[in-house]
Amino acid sequence: MPSPEEARAAAERAARTSYGRLVALLAAPTRDLALAEDALADAFERALRTWPENGIPGSPEGWLLTVARHRQSDLLGSAAATRTRPLDVDPGVVHDLDPDAVGDKRLELLFACAHPAVDRAIRTPLMLQVVLGFDADQVGAAFAVPGLTMAQRLVRAKRRIKDAGIPFAVPDRSRMPGRLGSVLEAVYGCYAIDWRGTSAPTVHESMAAEARYLADTLTTLLPEEPEVWGLAALITLSLARAGARTEDFVPLDEQDTALWSRPMIAQGEEQLRRAGRVRAAGRVGRFELEAAIQAVHAERAETGTVDWPAVRTLYAALVEIAPTLGARVALAAATGRVDGPRSGLSVLDGIEDPGAGRFQPYWATRAGLLALAEDPAAASSYEKAISLTTDAQVRAWLGAQLADQPGGHSSASSA
Amino acid sequence: MRYTLLLHYPEMSPEELGPEALEQGQAEFRAFAAALHDAGVLLSGEVLQPSTASTTVSAASGELRVQAGPYADTVEQLGGTFVIDVPDLDAALAWAERAPSVAWGTVEVRPSATHVVDGVWVPA
Repeated sequence: MPSPEEARAAAERAARTSYGRLVALLAAPTRDLALAEDALADAFERALRTWPENGIPGSPEGWLLTVARHRQSDLLGSAAATRTRPLDVDPGVVHDLDPDAVGDKRLELLFACAHPAVDRAIRTPLMLQVVLGFDADQVGAAFAVPGLTMAQRLVRAKRRIKDAGIPFAVPDRSRMPGRLGSVLEAVYGCYAIDWRGTSAPTVHESMAAEARYLADTLTTLLPEEPEVWGLAALITLSLARAGARTEDFVPLDEQDTALWSRPMIAQGEEQLRRAGRVRAAGRVGRFELEAAIQAVHAERAETGTVDWPAVRTLYAALVEIAPTLGARVALAAATGRVDGPRSGLSVLDGIEDPGAGRFQPYWATRAGLLALAEDPAAASSYEKAISLTTDAQVRAWLGAQLADQPGGHSSASSA
Repeated sequence: MRYTLLLHYPEMSPEELGPEALEQGQAEFRAFAAALHDAGVLLSGEVLQPSTASTTVSAASGELRVQAGPYADTVEQLGGTFVIDVPDLDAALAWAERAPSVAWGTVEVRPSATHVVDGVWVPA
């Protein structure tokens, strides 16, 4: 007989590894995520009650799926009885016990979560909940939103999927590029959560690990899509540097490479090569380019230097396909490294974007380039950058740069 | 320049929030106040009691009236204020974006016209 602890551990293992698979299988026929999750929660509860007495079943997943399906039919049945609505559930699937035989419907689930008809801001939280099984409080903590507020938003999104009839389906080839883009954006959103608050850095790191898990899952589900590999490579290569995060802010090209994870760099580079192979002669995508930029920085661990011409070429290509303010500022910085600070400044001056004036990286880059050019205007750009910086470590670093300027003084701790 | 960040949001009781959300919100406001202080931009901060604890006084109708309740009975209420001193609006917006309550309400960023020093109004 397993102890309650062993039963709980087995149920939690099954929950961790197969929550999304089971939700996907349960929800696909009805498109009702809330119902699927209720039924699955019920099955987990029953597992915790009965497994200590009856033993852990040979296929915990199959057991959970069967019990959850029966529960789902019960719930649907009572709803149908009161509303006399026809059911669109295939009775045949209720007898499928082996989740492996039914196949993996997580891809369909991911495409439903990131459907254009679902509000962009809720797509990532929805994935975290229905694919990975996080509760609303945990998702809320990651997005610095009260759990209750997040719960309401998630309920609304699930109701929308059901009421609007959003399909659990993988789009056909003609629609794939656009639709896949929003799935990748949502997974990336999990990696790049804008975090704040005291407990946030650890939450942020664990959510980045979940993003890596989702991206890796996508590579097994859609191995022929280059941008899927590109995103996985980007996240893996970025996370390889997590060990270099210290008390003080250290710019990327000054980090101690001994603190980087070599196995993760190797894995990220392999994923990047896979992206190139499956893309063949196709057009290079945003995530593959961003991953390639990370790979150039990672090469410093071997070569000791950053290949700035390569970084500039990659940012120039990135600006061509995704001209975000961040990419354009980064191109100016890389140009400054290759052709000298004045060239970098002229690229920066060419950015006509009303948001540039209050974009912190724009001013930090301008200050750095002016400082390299030994231009006394560097001090005022540093001051502007500091005024836009709310992160204490980055503020302190910029303050130290300002103090190094001729006639400069650290204003990091004064307005 | 001096700016006041006016935090408006729907009011929730500690019971409605639950202990975890309450603790999380308090931790975020602690971190926000500490960040403002460390950056040397914080002049004052207040988190207000619920508007049910509010009393309004007015003689605008010609007669002095004291009434229980807030100035306006709206879903969103003024919940707190931070007075900060930063170089310009861009910097004030950078801090407003970090206020924890942007996640569930609105932060109004309003420049000061004048303020009191030692009992005397001085221009901003």
